[in-house]
Amino acid sequence: MIEQQPMKRSRTKSPSLDEARLRQQAIGVRLRQMFDEVVNEPVPDEFLQILRKADEKRPGEN
Amino acid sequence: MGSARSRLEDDPVRDEAFRRELVGLIPHLRAFARTLCGDPTAADDLAQDAMLKAWDARASFEMGTNMKAWTFMILRNQFYSEKRRSWRQTQLDQEAAERTLVAVDDPEAPVALDELRQGLAMLPIEQREALVLVGAGGFAYEEAAAICECAVGTVKSRVSRARRALQGILESGAYTRDGSAAGEAMSSILAHAERLSQAK
Repeated sequence: MIEQQPMKRSRTKSPSLDEARLRQQAIGVRLRQMFDEVVNEPVPDEFLQILRKADEKRPGEN
Repeated sequence: MGSARSRLEDDPVRDEAFRRELVGLIPHLRAFARTLCGDPTAADDLAQDAMLKAWDARASFEMGTNMKAWTFMILRNQFYSEKRRSWRQTQLDQEAAERTLVAVDDPEAPVALDELRQGLAMLPIEQREALVLVGAGGFAYEEAAAICECAVGTVKSRVSRARRALQGILESGAYTRDGSAAGEAMSSILAHAERLSQAK
């Protein structure tokens, strides 16, 4: 009896490859979450103040 | 990149469009900076510097092209030029590094955010930035390559090394255990990653 693998992988090492893939997915989800957490923080006023100040300065001739 | 010289410097409408788009990118710049610097205050300083640099260089930006990638590149250059690097390099121990890649009890178990943050900080910077750009920043390999000013293949291999190393770090628990025990696991992972990145 030959068990057909629906997803043939180039390295037929072990079932731990699938585990590794699942693990990677879990890490990937968290990674995006970590990044988005900062993206979703309110932008500190300082940023806009700095930009406003820079905006007020007309570009110098250099 | 050098075709921007002739553009009018004083164009309020264009400036306003640029400013609006730049402001919209601030959250992303902050997030990217945070992954490079670790320390939130230093990261915000870096993000602010990058934002200002981008503003000052607005005449050289081609409106309609990828401003996110452009500002990320500025931020990254800023980071490297000021050598705000706070990571440590450790000695190489290949065997120990390979031993740390063990089976996990539950591969689907959620990864703790804090552990991930610490694990990420242990990666060599060029792997970390590649992984963040592609895995979290939403950039294609090609865009990440442009940001990092390297070949697409280089980005791909950095991302896959980063994933492997990060997995090893998380599975070995190198991020939590205190001082000495953690140090060993940590340095072996770092060494592994370092060896990989030096192998041609």
